[in-house]
Amino acid sequence: MIDLAASAFGPVQQEYLLEARQMQAMSFIAHIPLVCFGVAFPALVVFAEWRHHRTGNPVYRTLARRWSKVMLALFAVGVVTGTILSFELGLLWPGFMATFGDVFGLGFTLEGFSFFIEAIFIAIYVYGWDRLPPRTHLLTGIPVIVSGIAGSFFVIAVNAWMNNPSGFRIENGEAVDVDPWGALFGNSYLAHEIVHMYVAAYIVAGFLLGSVYGWQWLKGNRTAYVRAALTIALTAAAIAAPVQLIVGDWAARSVAREQPIKLASFEDLRETTKGAPFSVPPGIEIPDMLSLLAFHDPNATVTGLDSVPPDDRPPVGIVRASFLTMVGIGTLLAALAAVFLYVRVRRRRLPESRWFWRAAIAAGPLSVVALIAGWVTTEVGRQPWVVYGVMRTEDAVTGAGGIPVGYVTLALVYAGVLAAVIWILRRLAARPLAEDAATAAEGGGDG
Amino acid sequence: MAEVPIVLILVGLAAYTVLGGADFGAGFWELTARGERGAALRDHTHRSMAPVWEANHVWLVFVLTMAWTCYPQAFASIASTLTIPLFVAAVGIILRGAGYALRAGSSTPREEGAISLLFALSSVLTPFALGLVVGGIASGRVPIGNAEGDEITSWLNGTSLLIGTLAVATAAYIAAVYLAADARRMGAEEIAGAFRARALAAGVVAGALAIAGPFVLSSDAPEVYDGLTGGAGVVALLASAAAGSTALALVATRRYSAARVAAATAVAAIVAGWGLAQEPYLLLPDLTIEQAAAGDATIVAVLIGFAVGLLILAPSLGYLFRLVLSGRFDPATAPWPGPPAAAVAAANADPDAHGSPRAAPIAGAVTALGAGVTFFSDAPLRSLGIAVMLIGAIACFLAVAALDEADTPALPFPPRDGD
Repeated sequence: MIDLAASAFGPVQQEYLLEARQMQAMSFIAHIPLVCFGVAFPALVVFAEWRHHRTGNPVYRTLARRWSKVMLALFAVGVVTGTILSFELGLLWPGFMATFGDVFGLGFTLEGFSFFIEAIFIAIYVYGWDRLPPRTHLLTGIPVIVSGIAGSFFVIAVNAWMNNPSGFRIENGEAVDVDPWGALFGNSYLAHEIVHMYVAAYIVAGFLLGSVYGWQWLKGNRTAYVRAALTIALTAAAIAAPVQLIVGDWAARSVAREQPIKLASFEDLRETTKGAPFSVPPGIEIPDMLSLLAFHDPNATVTGLDSVPPDDRPPVGIVRASFLTMVGIGTLLAALAAVFLYVRVRRRRLPESRWFWRAAIAAGPLSVVALIAGWVTTEVGRQPWVVYGVMRTEDAVTGAGGIPVGYVTLALVYAGVLAAVIWILRRLAARPLAEDAATAAEGGGDG
Repeated sequence: MAEVPIVLILVGLAAYTVLGGADFGAGFWELTARGERGAALRDHTHRSMAPVWEANHVWLVFVLTMAWTCYPQAFASIASTLTIPLFVAAVGIILRGAGYALRAGSSTPREEGAISLLFALSSVLTPFALGLVVGGIASGRVPIGNAEGDEITSWLNGTSLLIGTLAVATAAYIAAVYLAADARRMGAEEIAGAFRARALAAGVVAGALAIAGPFVLSSDAPEVYDGLTGGAGVVALLASAAAGSTALALVATRRYSAARVAAATAVAAIVAGWGLAQEPYLLLPDLTIEQAAAGDATIVAVLIGFAVGLLILAPSLGYLFRLVLSGRFDPATAPWPGPPAAAVAAANADPDAHGSPRAAPIAGAVTALGAGVTFFSDAPLRSLGIAVMLIGAIACFLAVAALDEADTPALPFPPRDGD
C-alpha cells in the first residue's frame, strides 16, 4: 500500500473521544441482550416443537408457535442494532478500520453469511407453520440454531483478536504479513470468550423468559402452558448458571496470563504481589485468594497496575465495579439455579415457594445487568487500547465533528426502540393463546 | 486479484438495489396508501415483503464487510468523510426495522397508521441517504484519510442529489412491479392494477432522472461522465436504458414477472456502468483499486470464505424465494388438523417419551466430571474437560426439560386442542 494513505490515517484531534466510546458502548448494550436471544432462543423454540412431535402434547406446539413470533420480532430488532454496529465501526473508528480491516474483516464477512442464513431460515420457520410438513418445519429450525451460534462465533473471534492480537506485523504504521485465518481462529482467547458468551446467552434468555412467566405464576396463572414455558426456560438457565462459574474461572485464568493489567484492575491491585489477596466490599480481604483464583496457586505472583505507566492503565474504578457486579450476580444466579434443579429433578415439579418465584422474577433483569457488566469488564478493561498493546483507542477515532449530536440522536432512537420492543412483547403476550393453538388461519402472516 | 472483491461488492450493491430497493419502495408506497383502499394495499405490501425483508437487507451488510476487509483505507476514508449521510441511513435502518417489528403488535388502525408513516418516511430517507453517499464517491469528493473530505459538500452536491433521488425512484418502481406481480399471483387483480399504475408513474420519473443524469454528471463528475459515455461504460449505459424501457413496456402490457427481470437488469447494468466508468480508480482522483486493496492473503481468505458461504447461502436463498414466490406462505385458511393420532398413541405407549428420571443424574455426573477436569487442569487436557462439560450440560437440559411433571396425565386420545 502507498505511504500517502498510511500517513493519512495518523492520529487526529478528537475532542469527543469519550463520547464516541460511550456511543459505541450504548450501541453494544442495546445489541447484546438481543444477541442472547439470537443464540439461545431458537434452540428453546425448536426444543418445544420437538417435544410436541415426541409427546403429541399440543401445549408444546402452542408454546413454540408463540415463541417463534417473539423470536422473529427480537431478531428484527437485533438485525438493525447489529447493522448500526457495523456502521459505527466505520463512522467512529476509521483509524482502526483503515489499519486492521484486512486483519479481522474476514470474521465479519463470514458473520454476514451466517446472519444471511439465519434471516432466511427464521423467515421460513416462522412463516412456515402449517405450510410445511411438520417434520420439514422442525428441520428448518436447525439452521436457525446453527447460524445464530456461528454468527456470534465470528464476531467474538474479532473481539478475541482485539484483546489478544496476532496474525500480523506492524511496519511503518501499517499491518503487514497479514494472516487472517491465524489472527481470527488461531487465537488462544477465542475458546473461552465464545463459551462464556454462549453460556451467558442461555442464562439471560432463560431467566428473562422465567421472569415473564414467573410473574404469571405468581399471579396464579399455572396452566400447562405457563408450566411448560417455565420448565424449558428455567431449566436452560439453571444448567447454564453453574456451568458459567467454571467457564468464568477459565476466562479469568486466561486473562491473568495474557492481559495482566486487566486482571490487576479487576481487583485494583496496585503493586505486583506474591500471594495477592482478594478483597470484596466492604473491605473484606481474603489472603492469597487472588493468586489462587487467577493461577490456582496461593503463592503465585500477580502483576500489579504499577508495572505499566498510568497512561496504559484502564479506568480501574469502572472495571472493578463491573467485575464484582458480574461475579456477584453470577454467583446468586447459580444458587437460585441449584434450588430449581433440585426441586425439578427430585420432586418432578416446579418450585412452589413464593420466595423462589420472587427471586426468579428478579433473576431476569439481574442476568442482563451481569451480562452488560461482563461486557464492560472485558472491553473497558481493554482500554486504553482498541487493539491490545498495539493501537490506542485515541488513534482509532474519527476526525469528523458532530459526535455529541450523533450520540444524543442515537440515544433518543434507542430509547424509542426500547419502548417499542416492550410494547410489542406486551401486545404479543396479550393475544389469546387460542390464536396459536388450533387454527392455521393467518398463522405467522402477522409476525 | 485486487479487483475481484470490488466486482463482488458491485454485485452485492446491485442485489441490494434490486431486492433491498423493492423493500424500501414498498415502504414508499405506504405513504400514498391512505384510507380504506389504502389499507388493502398496505396489507398486501406487508404480506409480500415480511418474509423476505431481513434477507433482502443483509446485502448491505455484505457490501460493508467486503469493503472494509478488502479495501480498508478506502472504506475508512468514505466512512469518516461521508459521516452525516451514513449516520442518517443508519438511523433510517433502525426505524425501518423497528417498524417491521412493531407491526407484529399493532392492532388498531390508528396505531397502524402511525407505524406505517414512520416506516414510510424511513423507507424514503434511507435509500436517499445511501444515494448521497454513492454520489459523493462517484464525484471524487472523498480524499484518502481520516475525515479529510468536506463534511457537507461531499454529499450535498449535484451528483449526490441526482443519485439519491434516483435511488428513491428506482426503489419505488421496482417495488411496484414486484407487488403487482405478487398481487396477480394471489388473484387480487384490483390491487395488481393499482400497483401497475404506480409502477408506470415511478418508471417514468426514474427514466426522466436517468436521462437528466448525464447533464449533471458532465459538469459535476466529469471522470464518471467520460467513463459512461465512452468505452465499456457506454455499453452498460445503453443496456440499462434498453432494459429500463423494456420493463416499462412490459408493465404497461401487464407482464409483471418479465418486467421484474427487466427492471433488475436495468439496475444491475447501471451499477456495472458506474464500476466500469471509475475503473481503475476506487476513490477518484488518486486511489486506484490496486493501491487500495488489502494483501493477497486477506483477499484469498475472503474469497474462500465467500465461496464456502455461497455454497450454503445459494440453496437456502433459493428455498426461501421458491416458497415465497410459489405462494406457500400466502394466508392459509385450513385449521390445524391436530397431531397424527398414531404419533400420540405411540408417545403414550412409550414411557421414555415423557422423560426418564434416571437420565438426569447421569447427565449431571458427566457435566460435573467435565467441570472438574476444566477447573483442575490446563490446556490441552482442559479442552477435553470443556467438551465433556458442555456435552453433559446439553444432555442435562434434554433430560431435565423433557421430564414431565409427576402428576401429568396421559394425553387424551385424540388430543384436545390448546390448553
